[in-house]
Amino acid sequence: MFETALTYNDLMFLAKGAGMTLMVTAISVFIGTVLGIIFGVFRYQVGALWAMPLTFVLDVFRSIPLLIQLVLANAFITTVLKIKVSGLTVACGVLSLYTAAYCAEIVRGGIEAVPLPLRRAARSLGMTWGQDMTSVVMPLATRVALPSWIGLALGVMKDSALVYIVQVVELLKSTQILITRLQEPLFLLMICGLFYFVISFPIARFGGYLEKRWSND
Amino acid sequence: MFNYNFRWNQALNSLPQMLEGALVTMEIAILSMVIGIIVAILLTVCRISGYRSLSAIATTWVEIARNTPALFQIYMVHFGLGSFGIHLSPYISLLLGIAFNNAGYLAENYRGALKAIPDTQTRSARSLGMSAPQAFVHVVMPQMLRISFLPMTNQMVWAILMTSLGAVVAMNTDLYGVTSALNALTFRTFELFAIAAVIFYVITKVITLSARLLAARMFRY
Repeated sequence: MFETALTYNDLMFLAKGAGMTLMVTAISVFIGTVLGIIFGVFRYQVGALWAMPLTFVLDVFRSIPLLIQLVLANAFITTVLKIKVSGLTVACGVLSLYTAAYCAEIVRGGIEAVPLPLRRAARSLGMTWGQDMTSVVMPLATRVALPSWIGLALGVMKDSALVYIVQVVELLKSTQILITRLQEPLFLLMICGLFYFVISFPIARFGGYLEKRWSND
Repeated sequence: MFNYNFRWNQALNSLPQMLEGALVTMEIAILSMVIGIIVAILLTVCRISGYRSLSAIATTWVEIARNTPALFQIYMVHFGLGSFGIHLSPYISLLLGIAFNNAGYLAENYRGALKAIPDTQTRSARSLGMSAPQAFVHVVMPQMLRISFLPMTNQMVWAILMTSLGAVVAMNTDLYGVTSALNALTFRTFELFAIAAVIFYVITKVITLSARLLAARMFRY
């Protein structure tokens, strides 16, 4: 029962897939967060009416399955625009926008949590808008937003399992490839699931801890 | 503008089939939500029951559901159970996979909602002579479901989006499956998936709007 045809090379193959998962996640979370902060601040700053087009676009990213977004973006870029790009680029692009759509919401929530009198006080003390944003709003909003941002980053890590559709071999896809060859689905899936769990669980717990600690005061 | 001939006609001709797929998608989402809510309530009961083994099982379920990709969970139901000799149809695998995921997330929501219900309510219910199950069912649970109504709506939207993952278990009757089958026939990838995206968008909007209306109707004082 405990015999397996899994070799060292196969394990390396899985590790490479895991590396790909982490890379896609890191790139998209980074770009997505930067975009999300820009979008979130913009939405807060210009008011609901002028931000409507942006709100709509971000809403679209949140109400269409990621799988369809990926297929659609891939089809649009490769067959409609006829640009040759790698699947990895498409995957990172789509995931970044997807992250940004959620992140904008988190950022907006964070900014809204900063009491307005505090910001007015900052402005009356002679701070510019930028100074107010960076030295008053940012530290306070981060406290509110960080736990949900961690949740978002983990969500993107889990959703990155879908990028197999644009020919990126990440962890789950490499597991599938090995399953086709070794015919040991349960064992290989256990390894794959364990990997996701080992990354996700401690970070999720850390997020929960931060949430608990920071919500008291 | 683009060096590409859009053939929307060809794609729109298959709209009836896609709408049928959309019905299957809704059906799976609703069923998985119903199963998910029932299981999540059971998991919550297990967690607050005070039996260490029961609460360990519930916690394990919740942590696995929340910390692995939904795609992995569906894959595991289909191929993982398959290696125990339990062969499920794609429909059932997808349904159970999404229900598993829903149950985990909902149980966590319920736990948060329980914190908002004062302990004194259970105690006064008990001192009025209700048994522990009665107190839970008649006093705590209705409030728990009410508080977590909004997260439940979100989860419903997630369930709709998750049905597209049926692709991995060769599901071919839901919206995504129908679309990719049509795509294999006609190769109008962009047009077909754009239509599917619109359908998904409409479905999720209808669900969130009707949930909002429902909430306004149900939770008025």
